[in-house]
Amino acid sequence: MANYFQPDTIEEALALKAASPLTVLAGGTDIYPAKVTREAWGPRMEQDILDISRIASLRGIERSGGTWRIGALATWTEIAKASLPGLFDALKLAAIEIGGRQIQNRGTIAGNICNASPAADGVPCLAVMDASVELHGSHGTRTVPVFEFIDGYRSTILAGDELVTAILIPEKPDATRAHFLKLGARRYLVISITMAACVIVPDRDGNIASAAISVGACSEKAVRLDALEAVLLGAPLDSDLSGHVAPSQFNGLSPIDDVRASGEYRRASAIQAVNELLRQVSNGDVKRIAS
Amino acid sequence: MNHHSTRTSISFKLNGKAIKVNINPFESLASLLRKDLGLTGTKIGCDAGDCGACTVLLDGEQVCACLVSSAQADGTNIETVESQSNPTLDRLRDAFLEYGAAQCGICTPGMLMAATDLLTRNKAPDRAQIADALGGVLCRCTGYEPIIDAIAAAASGAGPLSSENPDAGHAVGARVQRTDGSAKVYGTEKFADDDAPDNCLWLRAIRSPHPRATFEIIDPDGFVNSNPGIEAVLTAADIQGANGYGIFSHLRHQPVFAETRVRHRGEPVCALVGDRNAVEHADISTLIRWNEDPPALGIDGGLDSTKSPLHEDWPDNVLIRGYVEKGHINGAAVAATSEGHFETAFVEHAYIEPEAGFAAPDGTGRVAVTASTQAPYMDRDEVAHVLGIDADQVRIIPSACGGGFGGKLDVLVQPMLAVAAMKMNRPVRTLLNRIESMASSTKRHPSKIWARASADKSGRLLSYESDATFDTGAYASWGPTVAGRVPVHATGPYVVPNVCNKSAAIFTNANPSGAFRGFGVPQAAIANETLMDDLAEQLGIDRLEIRHLNAIRAGQETATGQVLEHSAGLDQCLDALRDDWQAMLADADAFNKPAGRIRRGAGIGCMWYGCGNTSLSNPSTMRITINTDGIVTVYNGAVDIGQGSYTVMRQICADAVSIPVEQIEQVTGDTDLTADAGKTSASRQTFVSGKAAQLAGEDLRRNILVLANAGENAEIVIEAGVIRVIEDNVRRVIELESLAADSDGVVLEGTGTYDPPTTPLDDKGQGTPYATYGFAAQICLADVHLDFGTVMLRRFVAAHDLGRAINPTLVEGQIKGGIAQGIGMALMEEFIPGRTENLHDYLIPTCGDIPPIEIKIIEDPEHHGPYGAKGIGEPALVPTPPAIFGAIRHATGIVVRQAPALPHRVWKLLQEGNSP
Repeated sequence: MANYFQPDTIEEALALKAASPLTVLAGGTDIYPAKVTREAWGPRMEQDILDISRIASLRGIERSGGTWRIGALATWTEIAKASLPGLFDALKLAAIEIGGRQIQNRGTIAGNICNASPAADGVPCLAVMDASVELHGSHGTRTVPVFEFIDGYRSTILAGDELVTAILIPEKPDATRAHFLKLGARRYLVISITMAACVIVPDRDGNIASAAISVGACSEKAVRLDALEAVLLGAPLDSDLSGHVAPSQFNGLSPIDDVRASGEYRRASAIQAVNELLRQVSNGDVKRIAS
Repeated sequence: MNHHSTRTSISFKLNGKAIKVNINPFESLASLLRKDLGLTGTKIGCDAGDCGACTVLLDGEQVCACLVSSAQADGTNIETVESQSNPTLDRLRDAFLEYGAAQCGICTPGMLMAATDLLTRNKAPDRAQIADALGGVLCRCTGYEPIIDAIAAAASGAGPLSSENPDAGHAVGARVQRTDGSAKVYGTEKFADDDAPDNCLWLRAIRSPHPRATFEIIDPDGFVNSNPGIEAVLTAADIQGANGYGIFSHLRHQPVFAETRVRHRGEPVCALVGDRNAVEHADISTLIRWNEDPPALGIDGGLDSTKSPLHEDWPDNVLIRGYVEKGHINGAAVAATSEGHFETAFVEHAYIEPEAGFAAPDGTGRVAVTASTQAPYMDRDEVAHVLGIDADQVRIIPSACGGGFGGKLDVLVQPMLAVAAMKMNRPVRTLLNRIESMASSTKRHPSKIWARASADKSGRLLSYESDATFDTGAYASWGPTVAGRVPVHATGPYVVPNVCNKSAAIFTNANPSGAFRGFGVPQAAIANETLMDDLAEQLGIDRLEIRHLNAIRAGQETATGQVLEHSAGLDQCLDALRDDWQAMLADADAFNKPAGRIRRGAGIGCMWYGCGNTSLSNPSTMRITINTDGIVTVYNGAVDIGQGSYTVMRQICADAVSIPVEQIEQVTGDTDLTADAGKTSASRQTFVSGKAAQLAGEDLRRNILVLANAGENAEIVIEAGVIRVIEDNVRRVIELESLAADSDGVVLEGTGTYDPPTTPLDDKGQGTPYATYGFAAQICLADVHLDFGTVMLRRFVAAHDLGRAINPTLVEGQIKGGIAQGIGMALMEEFIPGRTENLHDYLIPTCGDIPPIEIKIIEDPEHHGPYGAKGIGEPALVPTPPAIFGAIRHATGIVVRQAPALPHRVWKLLQEGNSP
């Protein structure tokens, strides 16, 4: 018979996870859909569940010592409603475009990265925020960049005895701008065809001191556009940044054909989405969707 | 810490009351509410967070109850549609009824709870904020606008009243509230999975994961023995009568359980029957041995002669061909010719209620099947055939139907439930999950269409030729109907002297293609209307005007040689749209002046649609009675699948008798209680059954007047136990107790039967296939993003000639819902077996995808119809995709010939076309 564990502390949870394989349940937005798909063709599966939703220390969004800490259980709605600096604008936009309100009210940021879908809306945003993932395991704690945490198609480096406890995001200057654009075949409740996210930090003169740009749903995991980031350095933030975008900067993408779009289209639309993203972030007229 | 194994006790507040239950902690809250607590107002549409039907409030926030574990509900405050103590919800309920926001009602609980969340947080939301709040709830019926209108009205307090309470004799044409609306907004409506006897066995069909395979069931007896709680594995060998069903009595070849081979993924091969828990948990991995064969997929695959045929009786895989020929195609006077190849995809009905039901034997050899259906009498015949018993031994009791759109004309669950119930001599129940439903149910026929049209220099059509090939999937289903309807309609609603239209339905190893709002006509309209745009462009004629010039009018002849006698209002529809059309063209011109990456265009689509079966008898019978207490009851077998036939028939009967509509009680859709009113399809219920209802009401009125010896203009007032007949200040009283009553207490009755006059089509397709046709024209304005290939609809205006609007609110609901489905077909919907079998990979429009829709109702009366009415269900969808494609073309110059126009396809055309 299946077990259902609902610990109150991280320590209890880690002990359970170390003892036997458990399916971690938080917002349920991935676990239950996977279950219904399986059951259409086979038996109901009994899985041992580790429900982490009662662990209070996994909640909350707070800043300490130059780092923002988003608890693993922070929901998209909590992120969207939190009072956060401009650095978070991309993540906040993603938060109101993921699924519908019901999903936003339950789905958690840690669940998004642990599910590690190529189309995870949160991941390109976290990637440009230089976010790290805090992991607690029975042998201690480690912190790894979100890009290393997700190591492939629906794959992470999370060890069997580990839990994601928080997402850590380094603070940026107040003038930092961030933006996110999502492209889908319908308005709400849609899996992205392409996404683009950026965080741009200007210097005191309004020139770009650092730029981070990423594209989602066009590779096994979100991709940072290093070459584009490099050419943007020093450009005036309020100039038309889209002029710096070149197709060769997107060579790192490996988009596939699927039911949502062709790979060829994904590549082209990623370029256009980044163009649009930079245009909007430079002129300040930001929109919620790419189309 | 809590550690639960199998069951645990949880406590929470449910609709204001403290609840304590012992529960499997991982069971979803949706299941807990429905199964364990009996609160079936919360619906399960997908069980995966994709549809929002199960939306409830958890600590005041809208959540999908299917994604919350029961353990997580512990200590929370849950509010569902059954809540009686929330004034915001009450206000919303009233507004939903006022604005026709509930059609089938399956999404209504989710919509109401999402809206309650919104209005609790935001007392005065704008329409964009309302849309944001509803974005996670799918509705397939309403087109969302009535729902948003209702929420806006509820927010603002006293919105403008929309519904009416007409006096006696004025029900037809009035915005009467839905008869069945209250149950839908309080969550008390019983859909197919909402009610069943407690002692039901559970049935789970085992389906093929392969599109084509032979198979062997390994030791079913051993399987039963080794799985406690499972009482039987039912296979083809258990079928008491014929192992085949199908729409046409000579094509009943779709097996209840496949015998040795399967022809599509999702086809059932056997069923486990027993305790629910046991059948759901049974490991079936070794029950069936499969041997896969290469499938014939797509029309080309079906026509590939190197593959063996699907059925021995059809060695070339061609199920049927259709043909209409008139005049002679010749080049005389031709000033413009256009032709093209067009392609459309499988489209899923996506009713939010999956198939479910139960069958119960009555111990005397009869069986009653309760299920969600559009066609109870057809179901009765199918079940009787499979059981090998007479039809009168079968009773079909339709549950409330949570959306059909053609998909619940086929019997996915009824025969196997009946087989199991009779075999086990116990009531047996089943429920398909969303994946099973999508994998196994019928779809809209994919098409490949070639068409060519010519016109003279004035723009008058000279000829139309077309050859439409349809992927009919693995079994016949409604393939013959599509193949028959399309050549008749392919010319569009225009006068064309020379016609040659062909069609064919091809078997392939995919889901059976069945009936879906329009029976192939929407596919054909894309080709037809695109060619009309071509001709207009070549000849330099405005696109609306070339349609107006060619619009078929009363007195003119169709492609089948039928002279339309009356009620052909396309020209009036186009006249009604002309100003808006000019405004749209001007808007697009002005918008496109500065060259931007977004281009704007206007498009137009026209349609016609024959109401009722094609050249086949399709009668409806209605009965209306008065009992000794003075209760008036309509026995209405015209199943309401959300479109409103339970409301429309009351309105018609009320006026036919000339009494207030609220005085009419109703017994609905039960084959033991109501006469055959045919199927709810082919836009026939208002027209055919409505006429029968009018005749029944008039018959009852006549019988009353005869009894009172009164003239035909006398006023009839029915009160408790008496009928007062008033004429020229003379009052007569009929004491109902004084009349002879039958065993049901009925003292007076009226009956009416109507069968629309049609004739068979000859070998050239000439004849009168339909008694009347609906007509429509729709125009839309759309923006196309040149970089993304995305299409953003800005505005629709729809003009529909439906003879007479019996209930304008219901008519508008049909049109808005039809346009929403047309938008889906045009822009996003593509069912691919094995790949888009859920509601996140298969996309239907959300409330953010529907632009404002204005409606112009044209009433060119149909003399055959009740009070002049004809059908509207299907006409609503047909012109929508071509109007959208026309707008894309006007905006960008590219011609879309493949539906759906997904962003990547539009983008590709833009790349190839060197367009702006």
